[in-house]
Amino acid sequence: MAVSDLPAQESLVEGPSKRLVNDFSIKVATVNGSGSQTANLVLLRSIFQMGIPVSGKNLFPSNIAGLPTWFTIRVNEDGYIAAKKRIDFLVVMNPETAHEDVLALQPGAAVLYDEPLQLASLRDDLFFYPVPFDKLVANICRDAKLRRLVRNMIYDGVLARLLDIDMSEMEAALSRQLGRKPKAVTLNKGALDAGFQYAADELQKRDPFVVRRSTKTEGLILIEGNTAAAIGSMMAGVTVVAWYPITPSSSLCESLIGLLKEHRIDPDTGKATFAVVQAEDEIAALGMTLGASWAGARAMTSTSGPGVSLMGEFAGLGYYAEVPAVIFDVQRVGPSTGLPTRTAQGDILTTAFLSHGDTRHMMLFPSSVKECYSMAMDAFNLAERFQTPVFVMSDLDLGMNTWMSPEFEYPNEPLDRGKVVDTETLEKIGKFGRYRDIDGDGIPYRTIPGDEMPAFFCRGSGHNEWGQYSERPEDYQKNVDRLARKFETARTWMPEPVVEINRQAEIGIIAYGTSHWAVVESRDQLLEENDLHTSYYRLCGYPFRTALAAFVQRYSRIYVVEQNRDAQMLTLIRLDLPVDFGPRLNSVLHYTGDPIDARSVTEAILLGEGYRVQKDGAVSSRGSRSGQAGVGGE
Amino acid sequence: MIVNTGKSSPTKARINRLGLESKVYRGGKTTLCAGCGHNSISERIIEACYAMGVNPERVIKLSGIGCSSKSPAYFLGSSHGFNTVHGRMPSVGTGAMLANRDLIAIGVSGDGDTGAIGIGQFVHLMRRNLPIIYIIEDNGCYGLTKGQFSPTADQGSATKTGVINDLPPIDTCALAIELGATFVARSFSGDKKQLSAILKAAFSHRGTVMLDVLSPCVTFNDHEGSTKSYAYAKEHDDALEDISFVPFFEDIEVEYEPGTTQEVEMHDGSKLFLKKLAEAYNPLDKLQAMRVLSETRLRGEYATGLIYLNPDRDDFLTMLNLVDEPLASLGASTTRPPKPVLDKIMASLK
Repeated sequence: MAVSDLPAQESLVEGPSKRLVNDFSIKVATVNGSGSQTANLVLLRSIFQMGIPVSGKNLFPSNIAGLPTWFTIRVNEDGYIAAKKRIDFLVVMNPETAHEDVLALQPGAAVLYDEPLQLASLRDDLFFYPVPFDKLVANICRDAKLRRLVRNMIYDGVLARLLDIDMSEMEAALSRQLGRKPKAVTLNKGALDAGFQYAADELQKRDPFVVRRSTKTEGLILIEGNTAAAIGSMMAGVTVVAWYPITPSSSLCESLIGLLKEHRIDPDTGKATFAVVQAEDEIAALGMTLGASWAGARAMTSTSGPGVSLMGEFAGLGYYAEVPAVIFDVQRVGPSTGLPTRTAQGDILTTAFLSHGDTRHMMLFPSSVKECYSMAMDAFNLAERFQTPVFVMSDLDLGMNTWMSPEFEYPNEPLDRGKVVDTETLEKIGKFGRYRDIDGDGIPYRTIPGDEMPAFFCRGSGHNEWGQYSERPEDYQKNVDRLARKFETARTWMPEPVVEINRQAEIGIIAYGTSHWAVVESRDQLLEENDLHTSYYRLCGYPFRTALAAFVQRYSRIYVVEQNRDAQMLTLIRLDLPVDFGPRLNSVLHYTGDPIDARSVTEAILLGEGYRVQKDGAVSSRGSRSGQAGVGGE
Repeated sequence: MIVNTGKSSPTKARINRLGLESKVYRGGKTTLCAGCGHNSISERIIEACYAMGVNPERVIKLSGIGCSSKSPAYFLGSSHGFNTVHGRMPSVGTGAMLANRDLIAIGVSGDGDTGAIGIGQFVHLMRRNLPIIYIIEDNGCYGLTKGQFSPTADQGSATKTGVINDLPPIDTCALAIELGATFVARSFSGDKKQLSAILKAAFSHRGTVMLDVLSPCVTFNDHEGSTKSYAYAKEHDDALEDISFVPFFEDIEVEYEPGTTQEVEMHDGSKLFLKKLAEAYNPLDKLQAMRVLSETRLRGEYATGLIYLNPDRDDFLTMLNLVDEPLASLGASTTRPPKPVLDKIMASLK
């Protein structure tokens, strides 16, 4: 039964808009461990199946059960999928946070809540919908033990009615989520119907938020970045995986294990064409990865900030002894244990220079789940081409949240195994010397144990171009200079940046990773609301491509948007560019642990451009630009 | 009778069953102190590899950091080697063996590299029973940083400057047995015959060989009052058995009186003959092994010889059910699933 013909109710919202179609956000407040994830994903997927762009973000505690957790869903016809600051529809299932959650809402928001919480008296500028969850669940589920698990599905049913979500899509999403458990499907379906029926009988739609079927998600998939990276790793032909569990990266290797078990067992023998080892710690995980790569495997590990810190010494070995490795860093909030379940882009500088001595590491910055997939393959190719560790800098928001994406394309290019000596190469290069720069690009040739080519002694101690131990000053310097040359060569091999030049723009924006989505939306806000044109450079890898310098040269004011306190990427960019470019760079920093939203970026840029931005986000006309240290005249 | 090529005509250079001369197994010139026990161990490794006909192209030499860990540069010069970081050789060796199960891994560590900074990785290596010959060149001190105590230093042992060690030692053999290593032995760098027999047997074992070799540091720990000196080790070496080793490719009859000698068959068909000495010792008996280690330690002695052998436990690579071909040599046609696989995954995400 469709409810789209509901008459628009008298609205409490000031202004003309009575119905807000396909542009609102939902926040579900629950207790972790209560099985709300199924209900939330069913809700997300049902809207997605109706053709409406969605994004889902899980804000959860570092805890197994009993602490507050929130799931936000953004519904947006225009396809903006960054976090949204404003919450339009709140579902309150957690008594502990109920008051705080309700008080934080902006006027005009809707609140669906567990009736006994009696929230309606808190404010008179919201739309309240009380639902007696315990009573409803008791009717549909006789087993008291199971009630807790299906209780949440009731709010999906209520929302279906209130928001006009097609019940058949809800049911399809439910079957998809719990397809392998028919009993659970039946039980949850009952809860869904009970919620819908209750809303139909007892609740009168008064808020303006509704969905309407669209066509914007045709051909798209829904996936988490960690799963995407796992698929990419499998398609890259990974053979050895060593890992240590850590939030938020665990699901990467866990997905990979599932994929490999399904698709990489030799059908004739039933044996595995891969090895996965859960190591004793992150140090050992990288040690195994390096050992396997040295012996010719395509090897990887996956971790987060604390693991990266532990990997420091081995990362330096990989750099100096020139051993490939692929390391996924699904970043979380540091320093130290920090906020293990919150997102950040805080490992950029640590990783770029990880380990003692003059060390530099190649990094890739995926912005999307599709890039988690493609950059996983890039990482393996680059690691073997450059014989060095390559870090894929994902983050919790990208890795663990559910994103819409175009389908992933099957790779056409062959695997790049890099400069591995065979008989033919040996003839060409004459005498094998592990660290000789035959081609002038800083990349030496390597042999692999067991390949019957000349052996060498791999070591993290000083060595000459023949791989022999050496403490001679000229040998040391020649070698590290070659390593620097190799890093220069890498610039042209990194994924190309995504650049949008707007000829009317006076300012440029630089961003990377998940900050991209807030920037996309912010640029539109700046243009539509303030007539401010911007150009945009999205970084995809480090070392930076030379196009970066050209972009910075073009604008007297550049805003580098990132999710850390210390302007880490800006610092790295500054190190790479001529000194006099430095003052052009300004920071837009977001470091709360929550994913960055467009409105915050817009406000920061407007402030930087001399607009007056009030606390409530209202912008007054542009005054004289001030407060931007070192910005040159126009 | 299978030809024992070790006894070929005197006019030609001696060659082993692979047709290789012993010099093929030599390495670079040692830079360790003259008289260092580690050099004797390198010599025994060279001899064992030659005698067993080990293919140097399949050997990987691994080490951590310290005097001991330098030594892989001094044997098997035509083999690949990896001098890793301090205490972390086990993980690098594990990765390498995952990549290529046909390799033969020889890991050389020291008592500090294993017992202190590397105890974590050592513990997990033993648990996994990775096929590797893991040798601790054990001198009870840090040589390269000039003589500080290591965790295998015995309680009451003195440094050169007279400092007494108050802490109990870590018995790496007891630890290895407890944790799951399947071939655990202790020897003395000065006991050529015993060490050679154990090393040869090590190449016949599939699983973790943990070999602790007392290897006195002539510069920092060979004085009176040290329990890791040549004199002390010689005096307190309590051999559990008199070991002879007969490789599978040699047709040699060993005669012994019934009841005096235990015959043990190795994974490759080679045989160990363990002639009983003072106590009837059975290295297949885990509890006896632990008891004897404990008793000898209390007496201030070192039980040497093959301490424990478990031929039945699967090695780590077997547990992982890997394909026969080394993972490192699998082509993209095997490791990259075809397009329909990706299509199927994509369809499941719509």
